Amino acid sequence: MAAPTIRSLRSPLGRVRGMGSAKGGTHHWWMQRVTSMALLPLTIWLVFALARMPDASWLEVTIWIGRPFNAVLLLSFLAAAFHHMAGGLQEVIEDYVRGDLAKVGSLMALKAACFLLWLSATLAVLRIAV
Amino acid sequence: MSKITDTREAVMVGRRTDGSLVRRPLSPHLQAYDMMQMTSALSITHRITGTLWSIGMVFLVWWLVAAAAGEASFNAAQWFFGSFIGVIGLMGLTAVAWYHTLAGIRHLYWDSGRGFDLPTTYLTGRAVLIGTAALTALTWLIMLITWI
Repeated sequence: MAAPTIRSLRSPLGRVRGMGSAKGGTHHWWMQRVTSMALLPLTIWLVFALARMPDASWLEVTIWIGRPFNAVLLLSFLAAAFHHMAGGLQEVIEDYVRGDLAKVGSLMALKAACFLLWLSATLAVLRIAV
Repeated sequence: MSKITDTREAVMVGRRTDGSLVRRPLSPHLQAYDMMQMTSALSITHRITGTLWSIGMVFLVWWLVAAAAGEASFNAAQWFFGSFIGVIGLMGLTAVAWYHTLAGIRHLYWDSGRGFDLPTTYLTGRAVLIGTAALTALTWLIMLITWI
């Protein structure tokens, strides 16, 4: 009886997990779907809410942001939107930026920018609401 | 296999295991694919609108931070959004947001394993375009009615 031929240096467990060179499996893909489903109702709410306040004064806007219902939905929108934005722009960078240094560098800059923007907006909402 | 009429099709020809020739489908890469078809045009538009929406997110952050910073900075932000460039930009971003939202629903529908045949693909593609126009018009109608 011949021993089974090993045609790959990858372990059977590694192959079953299916992570490959991307190292993350389907997690990134799945998170884009989860955040997109969360963003669907939140986006419809936010777009129509903003459309109804073109000439609102500072007082009116801060009162609107400060209402718990609006503040919670705004914070949820910001979290889901920046997660989705970071993931989407990451795909664009991975597809079009050549060279490891440029690629890793722009990915880190992207993640830093998304984190800082998300934190700034979240702090702003909390400062108005609390 | 039918006769090749376009030289670019040469790169799409492969062989089956029995040796017979087969014309293989190609992913949309720029040299060998007509990017002006509805399928590929809407696909790249989804990516472009997603990227452009990032600018809208920066505007949203500016608006919220300005509101938290005080009345003067909020009025400065409102002045920009109410200026000619601001209004044109926000109109464009409204269309971008609705397109990406509707095309995103189309992608979720595809993810469920449905709607891949060509007639359905064209139908949902047209629905996305018409829906984008309708929702963008509706959004700005609501805004103008509130404004005036």
